[in-house]
Amino acid sequence: MNEALIRSLTPSVLAVLVRRGADFAAAEDAVQDALVEAVRGWPADPSPSSRLRSSRGDPIRDAKGWLVTVAWRKFLDASRSDAARRRREDRVEEEPAPGPTPAVDDTLQLYFLCAHPSLTPSSAVALTLRAVGGLTTRQIAQAYLVPEATMAQRISRAKRTVSDVRFDQPGDVATVLRVLYLVFNEGYSGDVDLSAEAIRLTRQLAARIDHPEVAGLLALMLLHHARRATRTAPDGSLVPLAEQDRARWDTGMIAQGVAILQAALARDRLGEFQAQAAIAALHADAPTVEETDWVQILEWYDELVRLTDSPVVRLNRVVAVGEADGPRAGLAALAELNDSAPTSASRGSPMPRHTAVAAYLHERDGDLATAARLYAEAAHQAPNLAERDYLTRQAARLNTLRRG
Amino acid sequence: MAKYLLLKHYRGAPAAVNDVPMDQWAPEEVSAHLKYMNDFAARLEETGEFVGGQALAPEGTWVRYDGEGRPPVTDGPFAETKDLIAGWMVIDVDSYERAVELAGELSAAPGAGGNPIHEWLELRPFLAEHSTVTECPHR
Repeated sequence: MNEALIRSLTPSVLAVLVRRGADFAAAEDAVQDALVEAVRGWPADPSPSSRLRSSRGDPIRDAKGWLVTVAWRKFLDASRSDAARRRREDRVEEEPAPGPTPAVDDTLQLYFLCAHPSLTPSSAVALTLRAVGGLTTRQIAQAYLVPEATMAQRISRAKRTVSDVRFDQPGDVATVLRVLYLVFNEGYSGDVDLSAEAIRLTRQLAARIDHPEVAGLLALMLLHHARRATRTAPDGSLVPLAEQDRARWDTGMIAQGVAILQAALARDRLGEFQAQAAIAALHADAPTVEETDWVQILEWYDELVRLTDSPVVRLNRVVAVGEADGPRAGLAALAELNDSAPTSASRGSPMPRHTAVAAYLHERDGDLATAARLYAEAAHQAPNLAERDYLTRQAARLNTLRRG
Repeated sequence: MAKYLLLKHYRGAPAAVNDVPMDQWAPEEVSAHLKYMNDFAARLEETGEFVGGQALAPEGTWVRYDGEGRPPVTDGPFAETKDLIAGWMVIDVDSYERAVELAGELSAAPGAGGNPIHEWLELRPFLAEHSTVTECPHR
């Protein structure tokens, strides 16, 4: 019994408790306690596993039954001691008769609840990782580099925020996808691989809801994840797409992503994740960087601009113009971007990669002096260390070249 | 989900509106000020936005490497150092706007006469370790 399998049962176990009448916050705590017990006890301690072996049916079903039993007992214990503390009568008297857990799957409802629009993005992410993903507060805290106490507060506050939301209320898939997208983008830190976790949760969601954008996001994640090993050098420095070792891309994962995307696109309900995935697929498809189909990529960017009108997308489109039609055309598109959007973005939301794109296009155009100056400037504005170091090296490389 | 450093300066920040040195305040004004600061940190812990914080001694030492086999050279403190940090707090918030809002709250800490100091605080974003995966698709 591995931890990932146990964790995959989290949402359905939680849903059973909620349907039995436990309130969401208390049920979630109880499930978390049961998970900790399971992870601790299952591999080594023979007692729960012998209980597993003795029960009939498939092992996953039995594991779920065990988790439901333990979580329900923990819920009862907690509400009893709560009640005793408050000198009130226990409102939950009896344990329901043991029996098969209901076949109804409320996992989907949990996704909606944990991504409820009343939650801030960071709260929705934390709650999703705990209540749907089955991660511990400590793991989530480590992944986001905040103290465990802070993460515990964030989660319990999030639970209070959604306490009045009706569990059977239909939710908005788009909010769930935004949360999963955020988790995926966080990447890897601490002992939790958040990208892999996001893929697992999106896969689980895709199995429960028939929605082309869910498939699109899953495809997008797989197509990016397939290149992960090649995106950074052994020293941790960033390796751009053009310089990645394509032989090390995970072709199985790429094939899976492409297949999922094609099925989604065939539905003819295009959305931003499908369009992003299409671009990622065209990159993943090219055997060499020279064979990249930039013309088609540019067409997808035009589609994406229509769908989102996001400044990030518009900037990435400029890169595609530079590759498809040459650096001069790219610089012209960049100038157009400057005219159409206010250049002095507020200090909180600058366009950090704007200067980096300009530097790259000037280098391609042969103006090394301007490119070197812009790379240095872009490094100064970079939003993270990996990009800053990369851009600094680009500036240093061009300056060394120019000194001859 | 971004981390910011809030810096409070002994020296080097523009003058506050209510700019009276702390030793000129009434004792209960000092207490009220410290309570405000503690309550602020406690409130941030409760909202799940607090990462850490610490006050710093005003006097420090400058240190540099002095070559193989030699002990580091120490110097200072220098009276002419313009920028002197008094303390820091790290917050983890959803947006730049939220970070500004919190810094504004901290700057409203009461000072002389029980009135807000309107102290200038420095707000610096952390550089993340990695770049986000999908935002920059050409890497």
